[in-house]
Amino acid sequence: MDFLQTLKIALRALRTNKMRSFLTMLGIIIGIAAVIAMMAVGSGASYVISQQIASIGSNIILVLPGSTTSGGLRMGSGGSQTLTSDDARAIMAECPSVLRASGTTRTTSQVVYGNMNWSTVIMGATPELFDIREWPVVSGRSIGQQDVDGAAKVCLLGQTVVDNLFNGEDPIGKIVRIKKIPFTVVGVLESKGQSPQGTDQDDSVFVPLRTAQVKLSRSPFPNSVGAIMVQAGSEALLTKAEEEVNSLLKQRHRITGGKEPDFTTRNLSEILAVAEQSSKAMSLLLGAVASISLIVGGIGIMNIMLVSVTERTREIGIRMAIGARTKDILWQFLTEAVLLTMLGGIIGIILGTAGATVVSRILEWPTLISVQSITVAFLFSGAVGIFFGFYPARKAAGLNPIDALRYE
Amino acid sequence: MGDVISLSGIRRVFIMGDQQFEALRGISFGVTTGEFVAIMGASGSGKSTCMNILGCLDRPTAGQYLLDGIDVGGMDADQLAAIRNRKLGFVFQGFNLLARTPAVENVELPLVYAGLSSRKRREMALAALEQVGLSGKEFNHSSQLSGGQQQRVAIARALVNSPAVILADEPTGNLDSATTAEIMSLFTSLNKQGITVIMVTHEQDVAAYAGRRITFKDGQIIADSRD
Repeated sequence: MDFLQTLKIALRALRTNKMRSFLTMLGIIIGIAAVIAMMAVGSGASYVISQQIASIGSNIILVLPGSTTSGGLRMGSGGSQTLTSDDARAIMAECPSVLRASGTTRTTSQVVYGNMNWSTVIMGATPELFDIREWPVVSGRSIGQQDVDGAAKVCLLGQTVVDNLFNGEDPIGKIVRIKKIPFTVVGVLESKGQSPQGTDQDDSVFVPLRTAQVKLSRSPFPNSVGAIMVQAGSEALLTKAEEEVNSLLKQRHRITGGKEPDFTTRNLSEILAVAEQSSKAMSLLLGAVASISLIVGGIGIMNIMLVSVTERTREIGIRMAIGARTKDILWQFLTEAVLLTMLGGIIGIILGTAGATVVSRILEWPTLISVQSITVAFLFSGAVGIFFGFYPARKAAGLNPIDALRYE
Repeated sequence: MGDVISLSGIRRVFIMGDQQFEALRGISFGVTTGEFVAIMGASGSGKSTCMNILGCLDRPTAGQYLLDGIDVGGMDADQLAAIRNRKLGFVFQGFNLLARTPAVENVELPLVYAGLSSRKRREMALAALEQVGLSGKEFNHSSQLSGGQQQRVAIARALVNSPAVILADEPTGNLDSATTAEIMSLFTSLNKQGITVIMVTHEQDVAAYAGRRITFKDGQIIADSRD
């Protein structure tokens, strides 16, 4: 018997009991829809995290001033001003695994333009920072080395700052005041969105490092920086670069033996990789939970197929008497089960996709539906049909034609 | 020679637990092509068991059965299915049509398992329905047909693959006397066209349509008479 005919018979059998077929499918529909939606939400989460990793730049090590103890009072990380612009330059010059390094300062201040004002983060930076963070300007120019050397009163604005100070006006060439000092806006930075910690990276103003140190800070140590951002030559060099930075700074700060260093290094990508892994584990877990509902759906299919075999014993007897081989009957019932689960699978995929879209609309959470997850879901629904349809089909095929014909 | 069916020394023993029941105790007879045979007997006489063996639905415990010259004794289930498909046509007491299926598709069923193309199937099924006088009802579902019409569909289904023998198991058991006469005259006319018919019945007047009557009792043939 050809496949087309088998399919036709199976379709007719499903049509005969529309309501029952639908209810049987429901388990598979819900299971597949859940798998698709969960996978979409899960991979959406990993996508967000990987985007955020990309937004801080790749292969980054953060060097922060260490904790200091003064009179028994420990100040916590970043509490001292032990890192200097010279440290940053030395790291760049002397560590072979390091590609770039930039000292940065950070302060919060009011920025004034005309009658508008906005409180934002003022970052001091060297030109390398924008390469490390892969953060270009969308208009104007970036900060150059001569700006840093000459402590020029120029600044770059983040998109959020532009939106809040300039009402659609072009900010390039305009004067803004930071701590009463006039700065010329030379460029606007590309929008970067949220940082992995959830802060708005576009809500910041960048000024040349030297300018920040000399003109904006009232620190008794004008050469100090709040942090040094270091970029390793490649991902493989990350650990080596961290070691080189550590030993160089220990040497420069004369930290010997068991003395606690006055700085700490943090490998940012590593932290985020862990976050990404945990989100993957989460989506795997969600997928596993959803698969359980698929198995439950499969058992439902088996149950109904067994009922169907019993109900149609006479039909099986007729078919056998007329010349159906064991194999024909087996295929007929197996096809019916697989058709049921695959139809359920298709409906589930549609519903799951729709569900994921709704979730991403309402929660503004990106969802990713991959062709791969759809293929897997579809094949899996077919496999459920084969697995749970086989036993009832074999039971049907194993019937004795005489008994089957006599069955009331 | 010319025997389409030849049974010799057929025995069938059923074993239920530790009990043995011998339904057929050494049956031998032959049926020539073109015969119309009625198998008669009370219930429990072994006539249904004999019919199952003739229909290749059951295998004898001992003895030889030649169908159209082929020894079906050593065949497995799938080979028997193929024999049933090509050599035999079945007509049952309860019609045994597929519900919610048009008449023509019921008739096509044996051809489906024979692996014929759908066009060929349709052609042959329509011809068979015409032969039993059901032109115009081809696409009615079996539930929309009367008992007599349903039995005609069943006969068309038995005919469609041009079998060596048509086996009818109490074909008129569920029909009133007028319809019985109708169906029996159909069998008679098919038989006149050269089709071999073997029919099980316990009604004398139905058996009277047949040219030969074999009577069973307690698993043995006690009478075999020809007109």
